[in-house]
Amino acid sequence: MKALRTILSIAYAGAIYVFIFLPVVVLVLFSFQDGRLPVPPLQGVTLHWYGEIFSDSRLMSALANSVLVAVVSSGISCLLGFLAAYGLARYTLPAARLQRALIIAPMTVSTLIIGLGLLSLFGALGIFRSLWTVGIGHVVINLPLCFAIIYGSMGAHQVNVERAARDLGAGEWQVMLLVTVPMLMPSILAAFFLALTFSWDEFIIAFLLSRFDVTLPVEIWSMLRSGLNPKTNAIGSVVFLVSILLLLVMELLVFRKPRRAS
Amino acid sequence: MTADVSIRNATKSFGTFKALDDLSLDIAAGEFIVLLGPSGCGKTTLLSILGGFLEPTSGSVFIGGRDMTHVAPAKRPTTTMFQDYALFPHMTLAANVGFGLRMRGMGRGSRDEKARGYLDLVGLGQDARKKPHELSGGQRQRVALARALAVDPDVLLLDEPLGALDLKLRRQMQDELKVIQKRVGTTFIHVTHDQEEAMAIADRIVVMNRGRIEDSGSPSEVYMRPRSHFSASFMGEANFVHATVADVAADEVTVETALGRMRLPKQSFPDGAAASGGDVTLCIRPEHFRDDAAQGRSIHIGEARVSDVAFFGTHHGCSCVIEGGPDTVFKAHLPQTSDPRPGSTISLDVNADHIVILAAEPKGD
Amino acid sequence: MSTLTHERAERRKAWGFVLPALLWTFAFFVVPFIYMAAVSLWTRQGRETIHSWTLDNYLNFFGKPHLLQALFNSLEVTVIVTVISVILAYPLAWIIAERVPRRFQRLALVLSILPFWTSYVIRSYSWLLVLSDSGPVNQALVWTGVIDTPLALSATRTATVIGFVHFFVMLLTLTIYANLVQLSPNYRRAAADLGAGGLQTFWHIILPLTLPGIMVGAFLTFVLCIGDYITPQILGGNNELLLPQVIMLQLGRTANFPMAAALSLVLMAVVTIAYLLCARWLKIERA
Repeated sequence: MKALRTILSIAYAGAIYVFIFLPVVVLVLFSFQDGRLPVPPLQGVTLHWYGEIFSDSRLMSALANSVLVAVVSSGISCLLGFLAAYGLARYTLPAARLQRALIIAPMTVSTLIIGLGLLSLFGALGIFRSLWTVGIGHVVINLPLCFAIIYGSMGAHQVNVERAARDLGAGEWQVMLLVTVPMLMPSILAAFFLALTFSWDEFIIAFLLSRFDVTLPVEIWSMLRSGLNPKTNAIGSVVFLVSILLLLVMELLVFRKPRRAS
Repeated sequence: MTADVSIRNATKSFGTFKALDDLSLDIAAGEFIVLLGPSGCGKTTLLSILGGFLEPTSGSVFIGGRDMTHVAPAKRPTTTMFQDYALFPHMTLAANVGFGLRMRGMGRGSRDEKARGYLDLVGLGQDARKKPHELSGGQRQRVALARALAVDPDVLLLDEPLGALDLKLRRQMQDELKVIQKRVGTTFIHVTHDQEEAMAIADRIVVMNRGRIEDSGSPSEVYMRPRSHFSASFMGEANFVHATVADVAADEVTVETALGRMRLPKQSFPDGAAASGGDVTLCIRPEHFRDDAAQGRSIHIGEARVSDVAFFGTHHGCSCVIEGGPDTVFKAHLPQTSDPRPGSTISLDVNADHIVILAAEPKGD
Repeated sequence: MSTLTHERAERRKAWGFVLPALLWTFAFFVVPFIYMAAVSLWTRQGRETIHSWTLDNYLNFFGKPHLLQALFNSLEVTVIVTVISVILAYPLAWIIAERVPRRFQRLALVLSILPFWTSYVIRSYSWLLVLSDSGPVNQALVWTGVIDTPLALSATRTATVIGFVHFFVMLLTLTIYANLVQLSPNYRRAAADLGAGGLQTFWHIILPLTLPGIMVGAFLTFVLCIGDYITPQILGGNNELLLPQVIMLQLGRTANFPMAAALSLVLMAVVTIAYLLCARWLKIERA
């Protein structure tokens, strides 16, 4: 009975893992395809397509744009999210619930709608679409996330620690920079990296709000118009690799630190 | 450094709830004061008001003769040692202890040296480079003490600092706290709900209940001559007997109780309570039943049937009911060598001087 | 008096912290949204936008079958995807939380969501490869003799659903696992102690206690799924349009912003209704 359950568990988990990994494996495998079509059979192994993408200047500048937009928008999201979390967690403000709800609200709205709203507003105001407008859009979707993560990690224990700092003579900014921020660093970093990957991967806002300079997902999108192509596999594999590296960095930097003693 | 503290008519309301109710208290410089009371009695509120984390709704706070009622925590000559220690988790012990000095603009070299000195004081000089999470509970508690003392406060406020420690460690830290307090001479105001802890460390215990001071005095005063029903029952076990004053003589008062007539020394009565016809409450500690052979005049309370016995090491704790008396259960402590058994009868006698007379409890409590 | 000024100063400081985020959200979320709501009341005729306010777009939406159909398609796909994803993810989360040894759980979990981190566009593209006529699925089926000619898998609703389910199984595994590991093993011990069997314990104890996690995940699935453009566009093709595709079509072909705005608000209304239906399980509170 127990053995049967174990076998069933392994079989089920195995099947789901195959389902989850199937597209990734196919993607990466056929990025080495020595041929024009990224589908079976595998005709040989080549790095040709990787050479292609690294010599594609449009793709490379899209990559740089993506990194730029992701870093800047995540940084702003974290900063604004942290300040708001600090203000709402440490002080009593009128309509605090409403304020929290407002800051969280964009999280419950489809990015398509946020993008469309910004597109029409920017259009009406005569603001040209650029990486800046994309960045603004990305802050709108990442700010609630950063706020929620950081606000969620502000507990009563830290209030006492901040009190202790104040009691020992620290001013408002000193408390924040020397005590609160370092203490919350794990969650701030988690928020930053999560925002980074979301922005890095975001398509619809980037698609609607950019024009000449585009981010990587938008560039990949336009590559898709030429149909199935091992070059797309190659850039997809690179993006996957970069994301995994980011994940590893986050894991090592944020989660492997000794837990706060309680 | 050290300073006296004076709290004058402090009231703190949270909505309709009065956490502090017109409370006044004077504390001498260098005194080790313990605020003792059950949770919700206002002791922590009082400590927060002294530390500057709360402002009283009315009334004022003077420290070293200066009005501090509306001064921010950082500007006060007080530091607080928090219940959860509130150590900075990302800083070394040296940085923790040196933080207050850093905020006062002291250079790295001299503040490290001073921090080291305070860590030595609490026996953690070797661990200056460690971080809080590497320490045990007792060690963290010591660091919190060192950090609070490092800025040379006049008054140290301790918010249930031993609450998180296990019993043995707590008793050990009590002794250390007391020794360190005597060494630095700073006024210590310590909050706890543990009466044994209070008796072990305090120069003076202030018993609080419902935002008011019920009693205050040295540990032995508060224990032996409590001034209120609450104080008597909070500080250890006590038996209470209702009594009516029947006759007042020159140095003796005769009272009528359900256990019969008793003659008690007049000085045992609180001021004004010894008027004929007045209601009082007699308070008898369980351990006072055992010294029936002691000197002084003994009062025979009655013969009691033992219903329950438990052995506590230092004594046998008996629950018993006085024969011919009311149904109330009496607690009596008998010597280790005695052998009380349920169902047996014991004779309860008490030295007349050991009976404490309290104003009668208001009805309906 | 000084208490009052002190409190006022404190409050000013607090506003200083919160205002930047509030202003940002207001300027780039609330204002565009209100503007869009206004735009949805205009109409587009030929190359002109008529700036008089009317409910024509909404009436059109409910009047034209192909638009209404897009909403129904979206709802159908979203519900199917949410249900399948929960059903597939729960056992996996359970196996990881209960059957996998503690020290490998983290690894198992990270593995189960690893493809999450491939690019969004790329993920759909990968499924296009997998499901294409000469893709591995069809090849395998033909090779094993299950079918003779490749199935037309791509550019179908099935493909869209598979693409979505792939993504949301990962998401839900994560949220459900997070819920399962928080449960004290003592619940199960207590239930067993009181005579409950494995299934009874699951049904009466574990499932109710993990319901909040499921609801959060399911709601997230619903919101992300119903508003997604990429997956149906890449995998579903143009045979059967979902609402986001129709919205994007309005922008592309005729630059009909008013209609796109109206459709977006309909989409938003659907999400809001979904939110209200499971609001009691979705609380964002401080830990």
